[in-house]
Amino acid sequence: MMTTVLASVATMPGVFAALGGVLPVASVNWHSVLFLLFAAVACACAVAVVLAENVVRMAFYLVLSLASTAGLFFLAGAEFVGAMQLMIYVGGTLVLLVFGVMLTAQAPFVAIKTSSGDRLLAGMVGAALLAVLLQAAFRVEPWRRPAMADVAAPAATPIGMALLGVRVDEPAAGAPATAVRSGYLLPFEIVSVHLLVVLVGAAYLARAKRRRTPRAIDVAASSVGPVVTARQAARSSASALVSGGGR
Amino acid sequence: MADFLINTVGLPEWLAWTITAFVAAALILNVIAGGALVFIWAERKIAARIQDRLGPTRTGGRFGWLQSLADGIKLLAKEDLMPEGADGMLFRLAPYISFCASFCAFIALPFAFDFVGQRLNVGVFFVVAVLGLEVFGVILAGYASASKWSLFGSMREAAQVVSYEVPLGMCVVVPVMLAGSMDLVTIAEKQAGWFTNWYLFHDPFTFVIFWVYVTCAVASVNRAPFDLAEAESELVAGFHTEYSGLRWSFFFMAEYGSMFLVSALAAVLFLGGWNGPIPVATLVGLSEGTGDTANYFVRLIGCGNLLLKATLGVLLMMWVRWTLPRLRIDQVMTTCLKYCTPIAAAMFAGVMLWQLAFPGGVVRGLSRPAGEIREGWLEGPGGLSPGRRVSSSNVGATGRMESQDVVQVVP
Repeated sequence: MMTTVLASVATMPGVFAALGGVLPVASVNWHSVLFLLFAAVACACAVAVVLAENVVRMAFYLVLSLASTAGLFFLAGAEFVGAMQLMIYVGGTLVLLVFGVMLTAQAPFVAIKTSSGDRLLAGMVGAALLAVLLQAAFRVEPWRRPAMADVAAPAATPIGMALLGVRVDEPAAGAPATAVRSGYLLPFEIVSVHLLVVLVGAAYLARAKRRRTPRAIDVAASSVGPVVTARQAARSSASALVSGGGR
Repeated sequence: MADFLINTVGLPEWLAWTITAFVAAALILNVIAGGALVFIWAERKIAARIQDRLGPTRTGGRFGWLQSLADGIKLLAKEDLMPEGADGMLFRLAPYISFCASFCAFIALPFAFDFVGQRLNVGVFFVVAVLGLEVFGVILAGYASASKWSLFGSMREAAQVVSYEVPLGMCVVVPVMLAGSMDLVTIAEKQAGWFTNWYLFHDPFTFVIFWVYVTCAVASVNRAPFDLAEAESELVAGFHTEYSGLRWSFFFMAEYGSMFLVSALAAVLFLGGWNGPIPVATLVGLSEGTGDTANYFVRLIGCGNLLLKATLGVLLMMWVRWTLPRLRIDQVMTTCLKYCTPIAAAMFAGVMLWQLAFPGGVVRGLSRPAGEIREGWLEGPGGLSPGRRVSSSNVGATGRMESQDVVQVVP
C-alpha cells in the first residue's frame, strides 16, 4: 500500500511535466499575464467610472481602478510607490465616497445623467490626451524583458535619504565638499511649507464664523432712536427681577 | 518552499510557484478564520465572566468549546436577505471588500523571521495603508443597505477612521525611526535579545506612545469603547443592520482579523516581534549554524511568541470592551484630536531628542547589543540592510515570486 502511494507520488512530477507540455502554461510569461490582468481591470473600471450614473458606484469603480494601478506598481517591484498609491489615492477616494454619500443621501441612489455635450467634450479631450501619450509611449525604445537580476533589491531608503539632503548620485572624485548636501531637501521643504499654507488657509475658511453682524432689529432700533429693543427689554426685566429678589 | 518543490520533488516551475502562493494564502486565511472562531468563543467567555455569568457551557463539553462552530453552522443555514431598496451589487460586494482589506494586510506581516507572506521593503506603510481600506466595505455596506441606521453607522465610522489614522500614523513612525527601516522584519530583528531591548522599554516616550498606539488601534478597528459604527443601543446594529447569514459573518471575520492584525503589528513594532521576553532558544543552545532543523524549530518558537503576544493584545481589547462604556461621537473626536494627536506628536519629538542624547535605550547596562542573543537571525553578519534581502540564490526568481504573490493585493 505504502509503496503504491510512494510510486504514485514519484510519478506525479512526470504527470505534471506532461501537463505542462500539453498546455502552453510553462512557456507563458506570467509577469506579462498579471500585468495585462491588472491593466485590463484598471482600464475597465476607469471606463465604468464614466458610464456609471450613481456617485457612490463611480467612486467604487474609481477605487478599483486605482487599486489595480497600485497592483501594477507592486508588480513592477515599486513597493513604496504602490503603498503610496493605496494610501493617498485610494484612501483619498474614501473622502470622495463620503461626500458622494452625503450629497445624495436625501434621496436614495440618485442617478446623475451626463449630458451628451459633456460626453462629447470629455471624449475629445480624452482622445487628445491618449494620442499624445501613445505617441510618447511608442517613441520609447522597444521593451526588454524585466531584468530584475541586474538591479539590487528595490528600496525606498535612497529616496528617504535624498529627502533628508543626502546626495543621490555619486559625487565626482574632485568635487568640492560643499556640493555634498544637495539632495531633495530644498524642494521637499518648499512643498511642505506650501502644504502648511494650504492647511492654515483651509482651517481659516472652515472655522466657525463668530463675527457679530448687526441684526435687523438692532439696526432698526439704532436708526429710530429710543425704542426699547427686545434684548434691552429682556435685560431690564431680568435686572428688575434680580433687584426685586434682593429687596 | 518553491525551491524545495522544484529541486527535490521535481515539479515544473510554474506549478511550484502556484502551489507555494496557494499554501501561503491558505495559511493566512486560516489564521484569520481559525482565529475568529477562537476569539469569538473567548469573547463570550470573557464577557460572561466580567459580567458574573458563565457564558457558553454546553456545546462541546464543559467550556463550550464548540460554540463558535455551532454559530458558524447556524449562520450558514440562515436565510440570505437583501432589503428591497438596496443597491444589489454594492450590498453583495461590501463584506468581501472589508474581508479582503483585512486579508491583504496579513500578506506583509511577519510571523517569524522567515515566516512572512511577502517581505516588503515598506511593510509598515503597506499594512497601515491597507488597514485603512477596510472602512470602504463598511461605508459601502451602510450606503447600499438603503437604511438610515446603516447610513448613520457608516458615516460615523468614516469620520472616526479618517481622524484616527493621523495619530496612528504618528505612533507607527516612532519604531520606524528607531529601527531606521520600514521593513517589519528588520524592525523586529532590531529588538532581538532580552525584553529590555523591546522598543516599549526603549525610553519613557516610547512607553507612552505605545499606549497611544493601543488607543488608536482600538479605535481604528471599531471596538468598544469606540464602536460607534454599530452602537447597538442607538443604531440597532449600525452598518450591518441589514446583513444576515454568511455575509454578516464576513464582516465579523474582518473585524476579528483586523483586531489580530493591529495586535500583531503592536507586537512587531513595540514588543519585540517574535523575540520572546527571555531568549529561550539561545539559552538552551540553539543558535545559528546548528542546522536546518534547529533553524526551523527556533522559528516555530518565534512564531509561537508572536501569536501569543497578538492573542494577548486581542484579549486586552476584549477586557477593555467589557469594562469601559461607549463614548459619544464628540468624545471620540476629542480623544483623537485633543489628546492622542498632541501626545503622539510630543512623544515623537521626545523620542527624537532621546535618540540624540542617549542613543541605545534606557537600560543599556542590562541590554546586550542586538545581535548576540536572538530567536531567529539575519542573513549574515551585518545583514540588517534591506538591500541585502534578496540573497544571490533566488535573485533570478524574484520577479516571478513577486508576480505570484501580488495577485492578492487588489481588494
